[in-house]
Amino acid sequence: MSPYKVSLKINNLSVSVDEGTTILEAARKLNFKIPTLCHHDDLCVAGNCRVCVVEQVGNRVLPASCATPVSEGMEILTNSMKVRQARKHIIELLLSEHNAECTICYKNGNCELQELSNEYRTGNRMFLDVLKKSAVDISSPSIEKDDSKCIRCQRCVRTCSQLQAVSALGVINKGKDMKISTFLNKPMNDVVCTNCGQCVNRCPTAALVERNYIDQVFDAIYDPKKFVVVQTAPATRVAISEEFGMGPNRSTGKMVAALRRLGFDKVLDTDFTADLTIMEEGTELLTRLKEALVDGKNVALPMMTSCSPGWIKFQEHIFPELLDNLSTCKSPQQMFGPLAKTYYAEKINKNPADMVVVSIMPCTAKKYEADRPEMRGSGYKDVDFVLTTREMGMMIKQAGIDFEKLSDEKYDSILGESSGAAVIFGNTGGVMEAAIRTAYEIVTGREVPFTNLNIKPVRGMEGIKEASVKIKDVKPEWSFLEGVELKVAIAHGLSNAKELMTSVKNGTANYHFIEVMGCPGGCIGGGGQPIPTNMEIRKKRAAAIYEEDEKMTIRKSHENPEVQEVYASFLHKPLGHRSHDLLHTHYTAKKRY
Amino acid sequence: MDNKIKKVDLIFENVDYLEVLERSFKRSQDEIILDIIDSGLRGRGGAGFPTGLKWKFAKNEEAEQKYVICNADEGEPGTFKDREILTQVPDKVLAGMALCGKATGANEGYIYLRGEYNFLLPSLLSSIEKFHDQLKQLNFDFTIHIKSGSGAYVCGEETALMESMEGKRGEPRNKPPFPTTAGYLGQPTSINNVETLVFALMIAKEGPTKFKEMGTFDSRGSKVFSVSGDTPKAGIYELELGMSLEDFVNEFGDGDTKAVQIGGASGFCVARKHFKETVIGFEGIPTGGSMMLFNSTRSMFNILNDYLEFFEEESCGQCTPCRVGCQQLLKGIEAVKRGIKPPSYLDELQKLSETMKLASKCGLGQSAPNPFNSIINNFREEIIY
Repeated sequence: MSPYKVSLKINNLSVSVDEGTTILEAARKLNFKIPTLCHHDDLCVAGNCRVCVVEQVGNRVLPASCATPVSEGMEILTNSMKVRQARKHIIELLLSEHNAECTICYKNGNCELQELSNEYRTGNRMFLDVLKKSAVDISSPSIEKDDSKCIRCQRCVRTCSQLQAVSALGVINKGKDMKISTFLNKPMNDVVCTNCGQCVNRCPTAALVERNYIDQVFDAIYDPKKFVVVQTAPATRVAISEEFGMGPNRSTGKMVAALRRLGFDKVLDTDFTADLTIMEEGTELLTRLKEALVDGKNVALPMMTSCSPGWIKFQEHIFPELLDNLSTCKSPQQMFGPLAKTYYAEKINKNPADMVVVSIMPCTAKKYEADRPEMRGSGYKDVDFVLTTREMGMMIKQAGIDFEKLSDEKYDSILGESSGAAVIFGNTGGVMEAAIRTAYEIVTGREVPFTNLNIKPVRGMEGIKEASVKIKDVKPEWSFLEGVELKVAIAHGLSNAKELMTSVKNGTANYHFIEVMGCPGGCIGGGGQPIPTNMEIRKKRAAAIYEEDEKMTIRKSHENPEVQEVYASFLHKPLGHRSHDLLHTHYTAKKRY
Repeated sequence: MDNKIKKVDLIFENVDYLEVLERSFKRSQDEIILDIIDSGLRGRGGAGFPTGLKWKFAKNEEAEQKYVICNADEGEPGTFKDREILTQVPDKVLAGMALCGKATGANEGYIYLRGEYNFLLPSLLSSIEKFHDQLKQLNFDFTIHIKSGSGAYVCGEETALMESMEGKRGEPRNKPPFPTTAGYLGQPTSINNVETLVFALMIAKEGPTKFKEMGTFDSRGSKVFSVSGDTPKAGIYELELGMSLEDFVNEFGDGDTKAVQIGGASGFCVARKHFKETVIGFEGIPTGGSMMLFNSTRSMFNILNDYLEFFEEESCGQCTPCRVGCQQLLKGIEAVKRGIKPPSYLDELQKLSETMKLASKCGLGQSAPNPFNSIINNFREEIIY
């Protein structure tokens, strides 16, 4: 059944749209841009900034176009005198309570308020300054919160409650004192915040930004005594191009070249430890299954992935009773750190005390993760600095490197080789797909029965995905898995995770293995990725990741020769003694308040 | 009493409300609603939406659950008539709610009681208990609950009130959808002021004609006024609508009335020179009941300052024009007074107030400029010098 159509006029042009369409969407169809601030395609309607007001002929007031559905015969003017005056006033009002230190602001050049005030040429400040003084909250290692930059659009609040089901951020007070805050106005690091940074990605101004560690990294690079290695997460290589106006694109080679030009001593790949994660986590899953099916032990199933630090902290706060279900594997970032400062340091004959490990991550929670006290397996802080994709973009710009013109370069060896199974870690469903590719082959000796190894049922942007793989004709040592139907589920975005966890907790879910990534779309939609991020962009980044996978010569983690080598000469076997010391961790229940 | 001011006694009159209900329950929903429409009754909270129409919208919605809400979040400065109605004739309010329930097809009602009125809770709860028993005897399924407000003025705004009832922060919603389509818990809801519900009951009792004959074309019937300020007769009065302000002041003034603020902080200030031509009613200046009289000893700057301080504080803060606009108006008149801004800055602020009226999300921000404009227009020199 096709939806009911509504005809209306916008700026005297007729348009027919589906019932329920907003005026804003209808205007977009006619290529009229109406400015917005509180609106975000990922979020529910708020209608509170009011910059999108339009004139509706016959209406006493100016409706907010983002919040008003079209109606038959409506006549809308998007740029009438009334609208212009109101819009200008609203921008000026926002500026009057805004700490408009634009030239020294972290978001200078990527601020929606700045863009709008530039568009409307709000010259001298018409109204009185009503900015309230406030201290910047830098308690969190991931997120910096500066209320003086906040325009109260509540995008962050909606992100935190709707997309992420965390609700660390909320509105307090009213009137002139209304502001975005935390439970009891506590510092960001002392509340339920998972550091996912989805709020940072959606903040139109600089009220919420990542904690920036660029200068510390440059200092390390310039320090002749330091040997600085950098690792790059899967999802960064398809998004960094956006920082240079090139859209979401595969640009691994350019990224490696740029990092080398920045002066990193070695450019290495988190994808290597993603492959390693599959070896450890796949073995862990098979071990748990054996313990449950053969030994009759009471092991925690379904097992859940542990790569996403926002998800981990969420689980520690919200579902502490399910912590045993989490894989004990550290995330690829945190497997890389200790290996770099032990195995790799030995190979290249460096003193780990002089080594600095920098990560480039699509993630803000990784900053917090690197700071966790458990993450010192090497005897040092395993990962010294974590930068977001955005910060890497800034560094490249500051260093005067023309990203677009760079020729492709390759990662250094060792710790630079990876498989296609590793790069898909960037997408929701990717860890699951990589794990199945390897586990299925270990158990049956055959490749997964999917065309070109592409396990389509675990792919896509659906919030919760389910799939099952029938295991047949297994190798003798895996006979207990003969005929087992491996049931898996995948969630991305913490509100979907919450839904899935609730069914696990209630015992209504019947899975063996669950993959959760804290951010919508997985890491490609991470809080540290270029701004803006929305569904369209996430889909493009995800497509680029799968393309990258298809172009790789090695598609399965267990076939990565560097991974084979690290087991042969250092780790000896998955879940072995050294693995236990360096690559596995534990979790701690945290309170919600 | 001057015969130009007509005292009425509909609201506080003791009536056999059970007889009215018993009769009404036998009628069809449409018959009840038609009477209300025919009477011309408009909402007594101040906005004046035709009550019968509101009930009809709610009735026409198809839903498993509908609600009736009695808006007793009487927070408009200078308004205190609902408190008196709930004290003196609570049964009539409850009966009005049941009548609305019958007319719209709702079997649950809520009284949203202003937090400061919590002292009324024990008596209201016992009235409700008694009323529930009486309804049982009439074989009518309708349950009334009370929710207490927590002190925010904005929660008198119907959608903010529903948010508050749902346990959320009291912030007005986007409209449409209107409450009659998606109100409390997303269900069709007819929300009415305390006084409106009592009038509805009285119209059901006596038929629409008597009510309709009072007042003017636009403002039928009578209204309960809360008279305060520089008056020897402060108090509550039910008066026929449509009188001139001059007649009102002649009755209630202290002989030195300089201005009257009609409709509370969000209403309009009328200066002496306009008393004669000002009609109190929907065709003139409507009011939720508040009539504040000021004599020549009062500084209009201080009065305006007070109102703006009130709005600066009581805006919910979610929308820009209201949150920042209210601060700018307050800071602005202070800056002009102190000579930091030139008198012409008041003109800029009046333009801003137009934006607030046009672009604010809810009635609060849209009406906050009313006292500002009416006081600036009438008493500009008192603001500047």
